[in-house]
Amino acid sequence: MSNEATLHGHAGIDTSHDIGHGEHDVHHHKETFITKYVFSQDHKMICKQFLITGMIWAILGGAMSVLFRLQLGYPDSTFPWLEDILGKWAKGGKIEPEAYYALVTMHGTVLVFFVLTGGLSGTFANFLIPLQIGARDMASPFLNMLSYWFFWLASVVILCSLFLETGPASGGWTSYPPLSALGGASEGSKAGMDFWIIGMALFVVSSLLGGLNYITTILNMRTKGMSMTRLPLTIWALFFTAILGVLSFPVLLSGLILLLFDRHAGTSFYLSDIFIASTNTALPNEGGSAILFQHLFWFLGHPEVYIIILPAMGLVSEVMSVNARKPIFGYMAMIGSLFAIAILAFLVWAHHMFVTGLNPFLGSVFVLLTLLIAVPSAIKVFNWLTTLWKGNIRFTPAMLFAIGFVSLFISGGLTGIWLGNSTLDIHLHDTLFVVAHFHIVMGVSAFFGMFCGIYHWFPKMYGRYLNNTMAYIHFWVTLAGAYLIFWPMHYEGLAGMPRRYLDTSGWHSFNNFIGLNRFISTVAMIVFAVQIMFVFNFFYSIFKGRRVTTQNPWGANTLEWTTPIHAGHGNWPGEIPEVHRWAYDYAKDGREFIQQTEPISASESKH
Amino acid sequence: MLKSIEINSVSGQQKRIHPHKFTLWVAIGSIIMMFAGLTSAYIVKRDQPGWTTFEIPKVFWFSTAVILLSSVTIQLALKAFKEREMSRYKNLLTATALLGVVFVILQWIGFSMIWNSGITFHGSGAAQFLYVIAGLHALHVIAGVIALIIMFGKAFSKRIRTYDSIPVEIVNTYWHFVDILWIYLFVFFLWIQ
Repeated sequence: MSNEATLHGHAGIDTSHDIGHGEHDVHHHKETFITKYVFSQDHKMICKQFLITGMIWAILGGAMSVLFRLQLGYPDSTFPWLEDILGKWAKGGKIEPEAYYALVTMHGTVLVFFVLTGGLSGTFANFLIPLQIGARDMASPFLNMLSYWFFWLASVVILCSLFLETGPASGGWTSYPPLSALGGASEGSKAGMDFWIIGMALFVVSSLLGGLNYITTILNMRTKGMSMTRLPLTIWALFFTAILGVLSFPVLLSGLILLLFDRHAGTSFYLSDIFIASTNTALPNEGGSAILFQHLFWFLGHPEVYIIILPAMGLVSEVMSVNARKPIFGYMAMIGSLFAIAILAFLVWAHHMFVTGLNPFLGSVFVLLTLLIAVPSAIKVFNWLTTLWKGNIRFTPAMLFAIGFVSLFISGGLTGIWLGNSTLDIHLHDTLFVVAHFHIVMGVSAFFGMFCGIYHWFPKMYGRYLNNTMAYIHFWVTLAGAYLIFWPMHYEGLAGMPRRYLDTSGWHSFNNFIGLNRFISTVAMIVFAVQIMFVFNFFYSIFKGRRVTTQNPWGANTLEWTTPIHAGHGNWPGEIPEVHRWAYDYAKDGREFIQQTEPISASESKH
Repeated sequence: MLKSIEINSVSGQQKRIHPHKFTLWVAIGSIIMMFAGLTSAYIVKRDQPGWTTFEIPKVFWFSTAVILLSSVTIQLALKAFKEREMSRYKNLLTATALLGVVFVILQWIGFSMIWNSGITFHGSGAAQFLYVIAGLHALHVIAGVIALIIMFGKAFSKRIRTYDSIPVEIVNTYWHFVDILWIYLFVFFLWIQ
């Protein structure tokens, strides 16, 4: 289907739907396997492509963390089977230092970018934007398809880097120079780093193409009556996410281009006359500033954490309101706080650099701006709790994950107030306290938001339900596991235990954590196993799950539930429905829910 | 077409700005951020030891004149297209693409003049930034030339005749943007050394 056809309301397609809708008539697009499943321009198929690619990455990235937790929990043991899968990277069944750093680096890169950015935004922006605003497809389905295929290419490049002789990038997911700029600095700084830079550049292109489309579609393609203030909060969240991405990813790209020049052309943007002990020589470079890269990186890096968490917030807001059978509390305050977070996201990057010799006065400005984020965050938490308050709660798996999200967001957010203080950061930076903080507040939280979205919209995506028993096991083990893994890390971090270290047994002071480390590693393995069960549930249910028999199984108000159970390309068989009200008319005038398409009647009370 | 207009009026999709045009404006914002990142890196770097400067070769004035001229030709091309003067449109499109190529060649000559004066990639001064920043800008101009060639192919196609001015307007806007971007970069390099 051409872009023009999409923009002009699919005049031709509408009629074909009218004739043979339901039997999935063969004549309706002349779709082949290639155009339907591979180079598809249907936003619903692109969503599934992003989701499944993201899931593959999540398994790989999660498996990496299990491997390095094995090292951290059992630093003295050997596991011969490790040599079978990792070869020379685990000689004698013990992970080599180089391999350990590579695992940590790739775990971060994969989870932050490929799962929680590509997999999360890519999936739900693609799926929900056209369906919830009432559009046939994205503004440009072709660019949307390209967005996925650039993501795919980036994935292939990063995947290939895992099999290089010198291994993948190993300088941390932030890739700070000089480590990342000097091929001689470590094994991972050789070809692995180039693959990392190329993979990330492709990823940036993918997320830009996606973001352009999301913004344009939301602003220009809404159906009649769908004013901005009638949009579900999912769309608002995805909108701000896309703006953050479009404005911050290009800055990362410029930082990476300069890094590439330093690596291969001999420029000195980041490199200076560093003395290298191993070769006993000094670099010919002069005047480079490694801090410059940190500024460019964190100008993306900080908005990036909001790129990860905002979609999760949007999904949770929507699912929570639907399943509490109550309107979301403080709709405008929710939008306002999303906006405030999006603005502040660009003004706090230097709080990642408190200990780089940053001017203390500048530091105090960034402390103030950082702590300001607590205000919109608290507004959101307050609104979620008041949405639950006296609600008629249905504890569906999606709802449980939504509530779990709020719990984790509070727990992780509180430690953010600690870390936002430049004085406390002197002690806490680069310890496991930081690791615990960001894993809870953005890692696990965002995963909970994503699970909440998958459990809620799976029936719309595949026309079947996920298995509930497995879903409940998945939720409870993951929630308990997340706290059991990361709560103890706070104590280790407060005691000064550094992150990214292969082995801390050299310090007597950390020896009393041996048991705790073993405990964390054991729980991590259990939680990982449960995620595999979720993946099984996902694929099993696509083919064998209980069938959806009604259009609107959750009794929700938004437009996606007015489409047929198996919606074709174009989403609505007839005309796009008109919208008459906001998305949150639950428990109004004694009615359980009123869909957005229902006109406001004369006797209705105001909300 | 009639039917689609009808549907639009029913579904009420606001048509103040064509979505593809809007996409371009967002993309322009994104490109601006990339160059803003690079030029602010330049400003930060300028205050650090080891900063070196160079004299901007005269040829960059010529390339600036060329890209300014190309903006005029593409504007005239759009006007010709809207007036259905297809042969004039094709000629102006060709002229614009050629001027774009000339611009890139002049930039390349400018780079070689700096390079031959002994300022290579080694170092971390203004010239190294110029190579990277102006080089990336030239890539954006080349992308514009490719877009022009596609438009050119469309205009010569015997099978399909299109009178939809949206693609022409999009290429036109993009071309003006890379022009203005270069003016900004040029003034930046002239003033801040």
